[in-house]
Amino acid sequence: MMFKKSLIAMAMGGTLAVSAQAGEVEVLHWWTSGGEARSIAVLKEMVEDAGHTWTDFAVAGGGGENAYTVLRSRAVSGNPPAAAQIKGLEIQEWGDLGFLASLDDVADENNWDSVLPSVVADVMKHDGDYVAAPVNVHRVNWMWANPAVFADAGVDIPTNLDELWAAAEELQAAGVTPIAHGGQPWQDATTFESIVLAVGGADFFNDVFVEMDQAALESDTMVEAFEEFRKVNDYIDRGAPGRDWNVATSMVIRGEAAMQFMGDWAKGEFTAANMTPGEDYICAPFPGTADAFTFNIDSLAMFKQRTAANAEAQLKMAELVLSPSFQETFNLNKGSIPARTDLDMGKFDDCALASMETFKSTAASGEGLVPSMAHGMSTTSTIQGAIYDTVTEFFNSDMSAEDGATRLARAVRAAQ
Amino acid sequence: MSVSRKKGIDYWLPKLVVSPTLVIALVFFYGFVLWTTFISFTNSSFLPSYDLVGFDQYVRLFMNPRWLNAMGNLVVFGVLFIGICMVVGLVMAILLDQNIRAEGAIRTIYLYPMALSFIVTGTVWKWLLNPTVGIERFVISMGWESFVFDWIIDPDMAIYTVVIAGVWQASGFVMAIFLAGLRGIDTSIIKAAQLDGANLFAVYTRIIIPSMRPVFFSAFIMLAHIAIKSFDLVIALTGGGPGNATDVPAIFMYQFSFQRGQLGIGAASAVIMLMTVLAILVPYLYSELRTPKNG
Repeated sequence: MMFKKSLIAMAMGGTLAVSAQAGEVEVLHWWTSGGEARSIAVLKEMVEDAGHTWTDFAVAGGGGENAYTVLRSRAVSGNPPAAAQIKGLEIQEWGDLGFLASLDDVADENNWDSVLPSVVADVMKHDGDYVAAPVNVHRVNWMWANPAVFADAGVDIPTNLDELWAAAEELQAAGVTPIAHGGQPWQDATTFESIVLAVGGADFFNDVFVEMDQAALESDTMVEAFEEFRKVNDYIDRGAPGRDWNVATSMVIRGEAAMQFMGDWAKGEFTAANMTPGEDYICAPFPGTADAFTFNIDSLAMFKQRTAANAEAQLKMAELVLSPSFQETFNLNKGSIPARTDLDMGKFDDCALASMETFKSTAASGEGLVPSMAHGMSTTSTIQGAIYDTVTEFFNSDMSAEDGATRLARAVRAAQ
Repeated sequence: MSVSRKKGIDYWLPKLVVSPTLVIALVFFYGFVLWTTFISFTNSSFLPSYDLVGFDQYVRLFMNPRWLNAMGNLVVFGVLFIGICMVVGLVMAILLDQNIRAEGAIRTIYLYPMALSFIVTGTVWKWLLNPTVGIERFVISMGWESFVFDWIIDPDMAIYTVVIAGVWQASGFVMAIFLAGLRGIDTSIIKAAQLDGANLFAVYTRIIIPSMRPVFFSAFIMLAHIAIKSFDLVIALTGGGPGNATDVPAIFMYQFSFQRGQLGIGAASAVIMLMTVLAILVPYLYSELRTPKNG
């Protein structure tokens, strides 16, 4: 009798006090390098403190291709992990296939709609339901500069493209490499999208990289962006082709090069070299994009689970991902800023504060906050790949700017 | 009764032992070849789908300038890599075959690059060929200030650096094959030729090399498949760059299938690669393998 009662109680409790049920969350991710691994370990502890089991499913291999291959086969065989590190439009692709679980209960309870800027929330939603939780926000349109090198050459940190080329000319005359660049397709694209943003502004950026508007892709503005992009060629060193981004960052750290155009993950390299922002290195917006913010958001997408206990654990984890303490710890380690805008930023450094300020102001005004094309936030990987191919082809040949714009438009059209 | 007992364990055991291998080969090789071919006729994006779209993926593949460029690079790389490896390997084998001292040690040295993976070879040559740290810088620091050797950063020349690294890696191996072939030739024929007054050059060009035809055949087969599936060397050496200048079909296939969520095009490119191999190898195999019967 007692036994039966307790069974009923458990069954009822299942709906009322589900947190008592211990579930398991398996998380597929590739945060495997030093700072990243430490960051995700925090989430693991929090999930375990909440009484659930965490199964780490880390698949190393920088860009995550290895992890995706594993994820696809697991999903197809009907056994996906609880959460996977999926971002940008890929969340929509998985959502379209019906794999993702709705997080709306947690989202409503914790007011995600009010703590997340709507641009961020839109990325996390599929058909109006939250299906993913953002862990951080990277700003891509940064310029990392070595102030000592600039001072030696007697030039100021440039704030628009004209100043940039003038400064680069001076720096080159002073015998340093003006721009530290790594000639890999994604780095070419990262620089290119910042130049497009500087030349055309945020609305134009939206037209070409979000709407994929053919007229805008072939417009004079785009031709001008290609012309400006061509100038980068003059100010990089001969060792650039194939160079990894962190090697390029170390050139700026050592003073061999004056500046690098890279997202705020570059900050980790400066921090590791014991440099202080504002003194030993300067983080400035990419020239001409001071009031714009190209975002790159990492997120954990949640897959439908087979058991109620696991689904419960999954919801708990989603809640924890957006919790202030995790957002703070993770982003302090990773160099990015929290996805929610209502946090106390006391522990963050100047670069993160500047990033947060622009993030908030652009999110509030609705102008200038744009998804990064180079980092898969604005297009599917298919179109992104087509843009990469054209941009890197242009950068490594003597194609004219007009041809560049025409070929870009054609490549995007073919990939759609 | 006695017949079936004879057909017992002795008859079945070899078949039984071989059958797992056969099944594995059938499923994982031929099975997946067929599956890939099927996928190439579907509209698969980042997950496989089973909606047939005919030759659409092939049309898109051959409309893609990157693919044409990759195929062109494969032709350049394949012809030069196989050709130079054969010539260098043969010359080294003939030189080593002159009863020289310390042959074993020298042979090991030439064969040694084969012990490295293509990733290691690619990485080492990447640094050697990099103009700011490698050979060019070394020669300039020796005093030859105007020396320029920057093929690896020149989109028009970069594919030849892949050939250099590939030849460095594989020619020792080809040498070993040729050396084994040279050793297998009946010395009495050579002595007879020398008695007839043939000089060393004639002995090699008229007797030894023609009789090594099967050895050329095996070397060609091995080099051809290394060339067509070349992936790791290019990834490590140039990453396919500068730009897409050293793109090869294997990289294209990998990127489109696994990075860009276009399984259909990826599968189509894999099928074209298989067809390329077959188009070269089948006629060659056919002509080589039937010659002994007729001759």
